[in-house]
Amino acid sequence: MSSKITRRRVLHGMLGGAAISVGLPLLDCFLDDKGTAFADGAPLPVCFGTWFASMGWTPTFWEPEVVGTKDPMKQMKPLLKALEPFQGKINLFSGMQAFLDGRPMATHETGAQICTTGSIPVGNDLDVPSIDQLAANSIGTRTRFRSIEVSYEGVPTSWSRRSSTSINASEVSPLALYRRIFGPQFTDPNSDTFTPDPAVMLERSVLSTVTDQRASLIKKVSASDRVRLDEYFTSIREIEHELDVQLQKPMPMVACSKPEAPPDGPHGQAMDLVIANGKLFSVLIAHALACGQTRVFNAIATMGASSVHKVGSEATFHIDTHEEAIDPKLGYQPETHWYMARCLDCFADLLKQLDSVREGPRTLLDRTVIYGSTDHGYARLHTLANIPLLTAGAANGRLKTGYHLAAPGDTTARVGLTVLQALQLPVSSWGTMSNQTSRPFSELLV
Amino acid sequence: MGKLMSQKMISLLSSSLAVATLFAGTAQAAPKPTPATFEAAGPVVATGPALLRRLSPDQYRQTIADIFGSDISIGGRFAPEIRDSGLLAVGAGNQSITADEADQYHVMAQTIASQVVDKSHRGVLIPCRPVSDTGADDRCAGQFLAEVGELLYRRPLSKDDLQLQVHIARMAALQEKDFYAGLRESLAQMLVSPEFLFRWSEVQGPLGGEGVSTLDPYARASELSFLLWNSAPDETLLNDARHGKLNSPKGLAREVDRMLASRRLNAGVRAFFSDMLQFSCAENPCLDATFAKDETVYPRFTPQVAADAQEQTLRTLVDLLITHDGDYRDVFTTPRTFLTPDLAAIYGVPLPRDSPNGEPSGWEPYVYPAGDPRAGILAQVSFVALHSHPGVSSAVLRGRALREVILCQKVPDPPPNVSFKLVLDTTNPNYPTMRSRLDAHITNPVCAGCHKLMDPMGLVMENFDSDGSFRTRQNGVLIDTSGSLDGKKFQGMPGLDQAVANDPAAPACLVSRLAEYALGRAPTGDETQWVANLKKDFVADHYRLRPLLRQIATSDVLYRVEWKGVQANSAVAPSSTVASR
Repeated sequence: MSSKITRRRVLHGMLGGAAISVGLPLLDCFLDDKGTAFADGAPLPVCFGTWFASMGWTPTFWEPEVVGTKDPMKQMKPLLKALEPFQGKINLFSGMQAFLDGRPMATHETGAQICTTGSIPVGNDLDVPSIDQLAANSIGTRTRFRSIEVSYEGVPTSWSRRSSTSINASEVSPLALYRRIFGPQFTDPNSDTFTPDPAVMLERSVLSTVTDQRASLIKKVSASDRVRLDEYFTSIREIEHELDVQLQKPMPMVACSKPEAPPDGPHGQAMDLVIANGKLFSVLIAHALACGQTRVFNAIATMGASSVHKVGSEATFHIDTHEEAIDPKLGYQPETHWYMARCLDCFADLLKQLDSVREGPRTLLDRTVIYGSTDHGYARLHTLANIPLLTAGAANGRLKTGYHLAAPGDTTARVGLTVLQALQLPVSSWGTMSNQTSRPFSELLV
Repeated sequence: MGKLMSQKMISLLSSSLAVATLFAGTAQAAPKPTPATFEAAGPVVATGPALLRRLSPDQYRQTIADIFGSDISIGGRFAPEIRDSGLLAVGAGNQSITADEADQYHVMAQTIASQVVDKSHRGVLIPCRPVSDTGADDRCAGQFLAEVGELLYRRPLSKDDLQLQVHIARMAALQEKDFYAGLRESLAQMLVSPEFLFRWSEVQGPLGGEGVSTLDPYARASELSFLLWNSAPDETLLNDARHGKLNSPKGLAREVDRMLASRRLNAGVRAFFSDMLQFSCAENPCLDATFAKDETVYPRFTPQVAADAQEQTLRTLVDLLITHDGDYRDVFTTPRTFLTPDLAAIYGVPLPRDSPNGEPSGWEPYVYPAGDPRAGILAQVSFVALHSHPGVSSAVLRGRALREVILCQKVPDPPPNVSFKLVLDTTNPNYPTMRSRLDAHITNPVCAGCHKLMDPMGLVMENFDSDGSFRTRQNGVLIDTSGSLDGKKFQGMPGLDQAVANDPAAPACLVSRLAEYALGRAPTGDETQWVANLKKDFVADHYRLRPLLRQIATSDVLYRVEWKGVQANSAVAPSSTVASR
């Protein structure tokens, strides 16, 4: 660890005595002996993620028979078989609904927007942040990356947004994500030595001159454009922040290790590729969280009316949900279930990666909470009732797990509010109009 | 920028420099434009709000190529654009820049700036030599940064702006003991500046109150240039702005005619049609439009074919509308097109090769025989493949695209709780073709309303598989390509092509889209009447694109904006503007 070098001091030296207005202290804390907290007793920071796979789950084929807390997960239905190893670390929520309030529904889109923002858009107008960005405002401000977004199926969009004009793009290439996080700018938090990079200092100083233009430029645009311009300056400040973090000795992260670079493989909507890239992304997300590079992530397996398909098949996941025959013996659409199960395999793989990172007696998954949502309750009919939702991870002990809670007709926002409160955000309600709620699942909150 | 550097900036960058003497003799430091007197070009109509528009990825690439040369690689990636009212150009007025995107712009800025000042480019791109390669040289830096800054910001740098850029160059040069490193850092800063990444509608007074104002001369130049060339203004255009030549209808028309006669018009036309026809979905797959094909089902459909398919359509359009000054309605029936060997293989047509020694040629002109179903842009791979699923064609997606993209008619989204039970079994011998399955589906009255808008046209295109290849049978059954458009019945693609060409909605749609593309937003207030007039004049001009572009580019509507407390460009005399309604 560096001794008394501060960024202020270094910049002072590098820039020939010019005054530096931004100074961030070095963090010199260490983990305690158990590896679960810093030396001053503060726990390792909580992490948050969202998981999204479109098309929902076929009603009656996923809900546990038992509701409540008494071993509700002991008999997971076949569709959720992949989640069996984690039944004690997840919660399932059934019966929940997204409300349209008389507005038109964009199929495979509106439901997802309600689940991720608690609100229904009017046209393109949805000026509320998504749940991950709300969380990032609170827990994502001290890491290099405020949040990271990935798409397993190669479609570079996401549900993550600061507003309707500022929608985060998903990374579709595992190698590109690796280079962004673990490329030359990555600093091993457990390294004994730390030397601030003069090139980063210079970059940071130059970049600050951009944000200094704000006051003069903001006067030249209309009120609505001011919002967008301010979003741009916020983004630039986030890069400045990213550079600031690079100029500090990072706090040690006991479980941090730099992963192997993933192969430069293809990405696309063949299910095999979705699964393969999902595995690579899971590894990178786990390492990024373990190394403190970010505390918020958004992962999408399939997006909306997805064109994900089996190699050689004429139909797609989406087409199958509508056109595949229901097997009279099984009672469901077998091909459609196959896609749903493969998406759950991807999710289980993400949980496995997080749960394999041991931090003392607990795991990375234990200090994380993942909110899983989808677009429809029954995609075959485009319903917004009985939308399957779940959480995984214990939010650093703030969220009980192993529950199946049924809340027929309740807004899906109840799960989001529960998660936000588990993250200790000061929110008493979430959502708007009929999707608004001030009733978290308090039985889950510790 | 009209604002002095902040104290923070000054303290950050201050040194022993004598700031006031930095720019003595610098070539283009903050020239003053000729005081402007704007004259309305015709009947004045109420107008819409000013818009801050993001540069599109193509505009970014084109601007960099125009300023620094096409061998400068961009590096980094662009985030998906937002489509609004059918156009990315409208979405650009509603989109900001996220942290991830800013990160990418930052990477691109560093990549581009590093190349511009490297040893292989500096001799050409930097107009002066420093006193020493290992130190600062404010005079040379100022000259370079003033010239480049004007091209990047689409207006001259103010004195304060130029001072800042030279300061950055000086500090970085001293830091790295490298004059060119200083230029690199300063250039990179400009490349992430909002004045480069956004198109500004800078208005010209009067100060105070609210009302309608007009764009200042440099904003006018940008509007023109991005509309007609899809790039930043060239030196001639900036000079015209500087000398007030864009302020009068006559001067504006003269400049518009110069631009319409330029070969660079092709780039502008291609950009517009790429946007209208949703070609961005090739780079970033859209949810219901994708060139991604299952390679085991369609082994001939490669990424190169997808790229060629878009190029084929753009070449067809430019050839007909610009080179031959043709009738827009003919784009749906024209037998003239251009093919590569790969595309010819998809279409199943022989392509004569003119290249020597039997080498594969590039693009070859090709004319279909009369009545060939592959004539017209609707039968091209860029349409039928883009609006299909990866493994199967889709009459619904094609019919919907025809309504929404070509005719500007919105098809409602399907309602919730729809039953698909009548088309459950794709192997049911009673429903061997797409037509039979859809016929069964639309017996449901809830579905019928919308599907009748799409299916009768989409089914006509069933002669084209998902990859665009021609076929006559599906599952062994002869494909029925009879169809109708709004009650008019026809047989096969030639019938559909002619029906679309005869439909007044098709040229009206083009005019609406082009007007929105130019404004960057939907028309408001009296602008809707302006668009209606454009449509009438388009008919009177025999549906030719150049006169339509000329009418839009010379219209006062393009340069007038609602003005609500926006600070006017202080570099242009505010008292001389005309702001009457």
